[in-house]
Amino acid sequence: MSLISERFALAQEENRALLIGYLTAGFPTMQRCKSAIAAMIDGGVDLIEVGFPYSDPVMDGPVIQRASELAIENGVGAREVFEVVASSSVPTLVMSYWNPIERYGVTDFTRDLKAAGGCGVITPDLTVEESQEWISASQSLGLDRVYVVAPSTTDSRLANVTARCSGFVYAASLMGVTGARSALSGAAESLVKRVRAVTNTPVCVGLGVSNGQQASEIAKYADGVIVGSAFIKLLAETQDEIEANKSLKSLAEELSRAVRR
Amino acid sequence: MTTELIGHFGKFGGRFVPEALITALDELAKAHREAQQDPSFQLELMELHRTYTGRPSIITEAKRFSEHAGGARIFLKREDLNHTGSHKINNVLGQALLTKRMGKRRIIAETGAGQHGVASATAAALLGLECVVYMGEEDTKRQALNVARMKLLGAEVIPVTTGSRTLKDAINEAMRDWVTNVESTHYLLGTVAGPDPFPTMVRDFHRIIGDESRMQMMELTGRLPDAVLACVGGGSNAIGIFYAFLEDKEVRLIGLEAGGDGLDSGRHAATLVGGSPGVLHGTRTYVLQDENGQTRESHSISAGLDYPGVGPEHAYLYETGRAEYRAVTDKEAMTAFALLSKTEGIIPAIETAHALAGAIEIGKEMGPRANLLINLSGRGDKDVQTAAKYFGIPLE
Ligand SMILES: Cc1ncc(COP(=O)(O)O)c(C=O)c1O
Repeated sequence: MSLISERFALAQEENRALLIGYLTAGFPTMQRCKSAIAAMIDGGVDLIEVGFPYSDPVMDGPVIQRASELAIENGVGAREVFEVVASSSVPTLVMSYWNPIERYGVTDFTRDLKAAGGCGVITPDLTVEESQEWISASQSLGLDRVYVVAPSTTDSRLANVTARCSGFVYAASLMGVTGARSALSGAAESLVKRVRAVTNTPVCVGLGVSNGQQASEIAKYADGVIVGSAFIKLLAETQDEIEANKSLKSLAEELSRAVRR
Repeated sequence: MTTELIGHFGKFGGRFVPEALITALDELAKAHREAQQDPSFQLELMELHRTYTGRPSIITEAKRFSEHAGGARIFLKREDLNHTGSHKINNVLGQALLTKRMGKRRIIAETGAGQHGVASATAAALLGLECVVYMGEEDTKRQALNVARMKLLGAEVIPVTTGSRTLKDAINEAMRDWVTNVESTHYLLGTVAGPDPFPTMVRDFHRIIGDESRMQMMELTGRLPDAVLACVGGGSNAIGIFYAFLEDKEVRLIGLEAGGDGLDSGRHAATLVGGSPGVLHGTRTYVLQDENGQTRESHSISAGLDYPGVGPEHAYLYETGRAEYRAVTDKEAMTAFALLSKTEGIIPAIETAHALAGAIEIGKEMGPRANLLINLSGRGDKDVQTAAKYFGIPLE
């Protein structure tokens, strides 16, 4: 059983969902990114997703786009992504569009991620049809493979995709890109139901989640709640490191309370 | 459970997209397949081409231009005479009809030079569809006339202010719109790039260029041309004219990419001859990228060729050697632009001028016995300002 699967099992015993926090590697600087992650963990984030900044992030809204642009300007590449992963004290995944991984070399990427202590990779634009090399490389090192499914995904396709997922399934709460939304769509709950009908792998909901109220709603039916843009927005808005980390920690605390059922 | 490869050209092509788009891509592929088999769809499209586009487009022999191209006979396939001024309308009318067939009533499009945006806005007006065009802010300035044109045609133009603010970012923004509005909206992609079925579908709508040319060349010269030349941005006009000749191994197929300031300068848009295999905008192909897999900015005097990717079928034709690709610099293209204008009375698009520069070079290499067929993909009206500036012609 992978480290991530263990965490889900434990959370189930504690009658709560896991809280998963996302940050773009090297945003706003390498040092501040690492200290922000520590603050999020301090506030109760259970798993960390480190985003590999990419020049053409078609699944991301303005907040993560800008963070990625800045990180790229700061010279963040695979080495820096691994460095951030290594700094995290909880199970950590990388979220990456496919081209940076392919460019680095799929086998090299899995080897170096493993060496940095990484647990898995979320691949938002890799389809299962194109996954052959990725599946064998990740499998041989025991890295979890997380695919993102959407409200538009058909039932037969859900079965096909989730059969190749490990760790958890990432259910997109709505049709759209990342970014905080004030209201949740009703699509998430029915998608989670449809995923559960085809797999026993835990299901987490992300896209648009920004506050405790939304998190607690999702925690009623999902195994995990994923929050990204809301953390990045705080980090982007607050210049002072200590102040910023204080607000990141307090958002994490609010969300962490909310995911307890 | 099947995970068979779909939409591949050798190791290139495929689908690298968010799962949210898969249902729409499947639906589009199915609609396209069925339409290809449906005589009434084909009839409707052909009738539009006859009465609206102005097809078949003619072939003009460029006799005076030929003197500057080693004496080779030069034949121009006149896609510039199509309604809206370029080959782009072939694909746009096809996809707009498919949009109606799928019961959608909103189209979105990306545009660089504005030619595809204008063609999309035109088809939307003709068929009563809502139309939103994404255009890099940088390009809205370079091509202000085309922005006005799209607005006159009733389209909404959204300037894109992220990334490099050019075509690649306009495509990103269109994909984001599509992910959000996929139920009501068709993404009318303007070239043979993107996830399956776009490269195949857009090629199918442009192959009429090659099909017509092949027959016209047989009538005019009694034989196949020795070489077929076209400029390559995403590669739609090139694949359109190449496709009919793919099996004719004796016919050289030559694509001309935008060499910008020259390959060595690093400031170019020559994706095949100056790039490497990678994934961009939903497909595996050649890409201009850095060591981290970040897309590099492309550079070209021609907005329509200023794209750091290329259609996957061209990547395949490049690696298999069936087609050849060369880079043409801004300077060489502008020289050919001026030459065609002054020797034939035809002002070409600057994109097209890259193919003409290639014709000068290939004509000299192959000599007077060679027949060269050039895809004259568009006219230069949109480029008058750029050209006037380049040649120092005052506009006041
Ligand atoms: C006249 C003309 N030719 C060529 C192109 C390049 O596109 P493609 O390579 O898809 O034919 C454009 C694009 O805007 C164009 O306007």
